[in-house]
Amino acid sequence: MSYIQVHDLSKQYGEGEAAVQAVRGINFNIASGELVAVMGESGSGKSTLLTVMGALNSPAGGKYWVDKIDVYALGREERADFRRNYLGFVFQSFHLIPYLTVRENVMLPLTPVRMKKSEKRAMAEEALGRVGLAGKGERLPGQISGGEQERAAIARAVVNRPPILLADEPTGNLDTKNTREVMNLLKELNAGGMTIVMVTHNPECARYARRILRLSDGVLVEENTLQ
Amino acid sequence: MNLWNIALRNLRRRKSKAAFVLVGLTIGVSAVVVFISLAEALTENINSKLEEYGANILIVPKTENLSMSYGGISLGGVLFEMQEIHEEELAKIGEIANAKNVAAVGPMLLGAVDIGGRKALLAGMDFRVIYQLRPWWKFQGNVPDEEGVLAGASAARLLGLEVGKPVAVNGRRLLVSGILDATGSQDDHILFTDLAAAQSILHKEGRISLAEVAALCSGCPIEEMVRQISEILPGANVMAIKQVVEGRMETLNHFRKVSYGLSAIVVLAGALVVLVTMMGSVRERTAEIGIFRAIGFRSSHIMRIILLEAAIVSVLAGVLGYLLGLGATKIALLFFVAGSGGHAGHGGIAVPLDPLLAGGALLLAVVLGLAASFYPARLAARLDPCEALRTL
Repeated sequence: MSYIQVHDLSKQYGEGEAAVQAVRGINFNIASGELVAVMGESGSGKSTLLTVMGALNSPAGGKYWVDKIDVYALGREERADFRRNYLGFVFQSFHLIPYLTVRENVMLPLTPVRMKKSEKRAMAEEALGRVGLAGKGERLPGQISGGEQERAAIARAVVNRPPILLADEPTGNLDTKNTREVMNLLKELNAGGMTIVMVTHNPECARYARRILRLSDGVLVEENTLQ
Repeated sequence: MNLWNIALRNLRRRKSKAAFVLVGLTIGVSAVVVFISLAEALTENINSKLEEYGANILIVPKTENLSMSYGGISLGGVLFEMQEIHEEELAKIGEIANAKNVAAVGPMLLGAVDIGGRKALLAGMDFRVIYQLRPWWKFQGNVPDEEGVLAGASAARLLGLEVGKPVAVNGRRLLVSGILDATGSQDDHILFTDLAAAQSILHKEGRISLAEVAALCSGCPIEEMVRQISEILPGANVMAIKQVVEGRMETLNHFRKVSYGLSAIVVLAGALVVLVTMMGSVRERTAEIGIFRAIGFRSSHIMRIILLEAAIVSVLAGVLGYLLGLGATKIALLFFVAGSGGHAGHGGIAVPLDPLLAGGALLLAVVLGLAASFYPARLAARLDPCEALRTL
């Protein structure tokens, strides 16, 4: 059994005539340690697929398993635990909490975890070091550049060492140089065994992936494995 | 990093909202503190006044006659055979079991006198205890000695008496040493002089018509004292004068009830301020809550953050509310006491730090803050993380 299994997944927004089918009949598997890019035009259902895979958005139909766990058979709170233990999120607009320092932002996923403060701090420092932000932990998000904010968001996503990283347009707001740095960072994390699913518009970013899933109008229309 | 840090940082960031909640709660708590401590202080004030000049006990001779007055109108010219008490019998009051509760004993002799062809009532009394027995008296001039007389306001007006001028009482020349300000009581119609002088003028040496006892009465067994005095003075009728005290206590009880009603309204208003502000705060933080949920915070974690924020502000409001309430009570009491026209000696009412009230204020603030924040916290906890993230 593959590590991630998506079977006949569908999701619609709204009811009746106003209903919009965001994704439908999607099937794919992802092996542990893969880096998969999800591509498609705006409105093709990429982000919806990612939120469903992020255990944030219950599908209308189909099944979604991670590590043999039927994710949507879990209760609301168990899904929160699942997110904490299995998933790291990188959002398009960083979504750092502005009133917390970079280190505190990175430590956020560890907040509900019973662990010594010193251990949490050490894990945060390690994550910051991995993304090249060592020494910038005391700054507020507004005091660092966009590229650094994206890296801080990645550090927050990986601080609790989740097996899966879900990234929604992780380079969408970055220039070429920062885009390359962030993609190299994701590649590095993937090389370390982390399964990464990344939604992107950017073909350059998609080249870093081992596999590309292409969506159109909510349907998986193409699946390419890159050499 | 823990939930406490997040709550604290958020409060610092949203200072104006936190201040709004703080003000709402503080006003609610301080209003309750003001009303309660005002009622307590006034009760204490009445008690202390009772201790000073007491719920008086009146000792009058036993008589078999019925009263010939009604509603303040007496049938003039009808004379009663009035029994009297011997002055030395009053000394026995010092021997009763509750003698320590007796602050002062004021003997009084009453009798009709002739002043320039007009009849008047003369009262002889012991002026050494006058401030304990008549603390409300205000007068021009001085307390009379054996050769002086203190005239009630109406008596002075009707008899044309002036301070410093002589007056012939039953043919005996006395000096008007003072004139009482109007009291609204029967004292306005009486001429007061020293007991010995009155006994001499009325030819009733060693005898008195009645005696007033000032009992230290806060919590003292007044009925028991009446019984004890009755036992040692079998020829006297001993009564406790409690109506005034009971009237004041009744007024205070009404004040207390109104206070509690007003407190409830202010507290409700404070709770609404907290509720509305916290709802606004939760709406503002929808995206942030979405992020928390996305990275694995449980609903209970979100609730705890919101309730922790409310608890921090509430504790602060409890302390501030108590201190402000205490200050406001002190200021309010100045007006209450000034308005009561009390004797100069009763001007200051202490409002001590009451640990019970302080604890109650703190508890009230926390319970109020948490209760009013519970719904917004629950709302925040139940936010759909996907919907919340969509607001970003």
